[in-house]
Amino acid sequence: MASHGGLAAAATTPRPVEQPGPATRLTTGWQESGQPASLRAHVDRYGPLPHPRAGRARAGRPGPGTQGALIDAVTQAGLTGRGGAGFPTGVKMRAVASRRGPAVVVANGMESEPASEKDKALLSRAPHLVLDGAALAAAAVGADVVHVCVPRTRDWLIAIMRNAVAERERANLDQVRMQVHDLPHHYVSSEESAVVHWLNGGLAKPTAVPPRPFEKGVAQRPTLLDNVETLAHVGLIARFGPGWFRQAGLADAPGTMLSTIAGAVSSPGVYEVEVGTPIGDMLAVSGAHPDVSAVLIGGYFGTWHDFRDVARLPMAAAPLRGIGASPGAGVLFALPPDACGLAETTRVLGWLAGQGAGQCGPCVFGLPAIADDFAQLASGRPKGPVLDRLERRLATIPGRGACRHPDGAVRLARSALSAFAADVRTHASHRLCQSARGGQPRAAVLPIPRPWAEDVWQ
Amino acid sequence: MRRHLAVNPIACTGHGLCADMLPELIHLDEWGYPIMIDRDVPAELSPLARRAVRLCPTLALRLEATTAERKAVPR
Repeated sequence: MASHGGLAAAATTPRPVEQPGPATRLTTGWQESGQPASLRAHVDRYGPLPHPRAGRARAGRPGPGTQGALIDAVTQAGLTGRGGAGFPTGVKMRAVASRRGPAVVVANGMESEPASEKDKALLSRAPHLVLDGAALAAAAVGADVVHVCVPRTRDWLIAIMRNAVAERERANLDQVRMQVHDLPHHYVSSEESAVVHWLNGGLAKPTAVPPRPFEKGVAQRPTLLDNVETLAHVGLIARFGPGWFRQAGLADAPGTMLSTIAGAVSSPGVYEVEVGTPIGDMLAVSGAHPDVSAVLIGGYFGTWHDFRDVARLPMAAAPLRGIGASPGAGVLFALPPDACGLAETTRVLGWLAGQGAGQCGPCVFGLPAIADDFAQLASGRPKGPVLDRLERRLATIPGRGACRHPDGAVRLARSALSAFAADVRTHASHRLCQSARGGQPRAAVLPIPRPWAEDVWQ
Repeated sequence: MRRHLAVNPIACTGHGLCADMLPELIHLDEWGYPIMIDRDVPAELSPLARRAVRLCPTLALRLEATTAERKAVPR
């Protein structure tokens, strides 16, 4: 591990590395360069990687000097997964570390959520922060390989990650082998069992679980699969400690998070905010239109809300749970005041219906059915009792697929019926809301990805 | 040992035999796919449940042991 010293000495201006401030942790230096940080720039910015320890953590015997130390630090930091599910990262690491046999780490940079750009931004600006976290996590759970997974549609990003891995190999930085993979880019292909299935030589489609990856994942080995932003936070917790991590965010939801803010805002983009920043403040920082009436929280598996109901609510799991929302992968989308929320939701539902893996009946038949109900509603020409039909379908579809794809689509549909309740009544009675009527048909606002090789799952 | 019914939704192709045999526990949705009314199998329905599992044409229906451990794992 002489390379650590070598790297520090090679840095042009050796200087004590300052702890990153409360809300510019992952995004330090992004503004200045706009380029991926080289290994040298990265080490200048954050300091060298703390030495990963050899050997495996033993259940019940973690402590300073063993590699249980990182798992303890991550647990004390209170880091939760930033990919959408929000599961405590320390618990997941411990679950993998306690299994028998060598483990595997997967850095999930698949980011299939069309409204999210944060993983793309993170990997393209600070690839080594993610790889640091992956290498340290690998040492902590007893893994000898890290699989970095990025979408095949983003070839430039694959090149950045391969280049970053090559830089680390030249510096002899890691004890763990790192491989960059390009996976098919479907909405469900970012789901953990789909990623594992693909890495095992199968299709990038979710599989029926259990076993879950931490039990039996890649190559039948216990597998720690984390979102790339989660791993970047691990890399910083290893350097600066759980106390530092907790200086930002809420006591029960500490740290910072990357958030993609778009829609009716003057400066759309990826922002790093403290977890628990009020949603109204986040939108204000991004220059929200003063008349924003509705906001989509979490992404296309997320929920619509009247902006006045959520402006003061903290962007964090517990406070949002009360209104049936979740930060998800950190997406906030402000609906322009002249857009029709039902028409927008219809487009997203239609896209989601086509994005399933085509494996489970409730999803294959149910999602097109509710997308069609919404299309009838949005057009103001519903056939039959569309709201009764929707209610029945929305009640029976969730929880019956191999993955959460149908559940997410149903959650979005439900929230639209409630957030746009007045428009729903207007449309259901064969009329159109003001925005849907307003002379010119309004341009669609929510991004729908261009179709990508629909039948390619290998 | 307590047991509950589970469907592998990928394997299930909606034959609907399970709902015919166990209407107390399984209904079908409008497309013919099973909806579990109650996953827990009461003792008196246990023989029928086992038979439904055996007869499922795609082997999608299973009887699983109900354990507390399953609920505590990361999801």
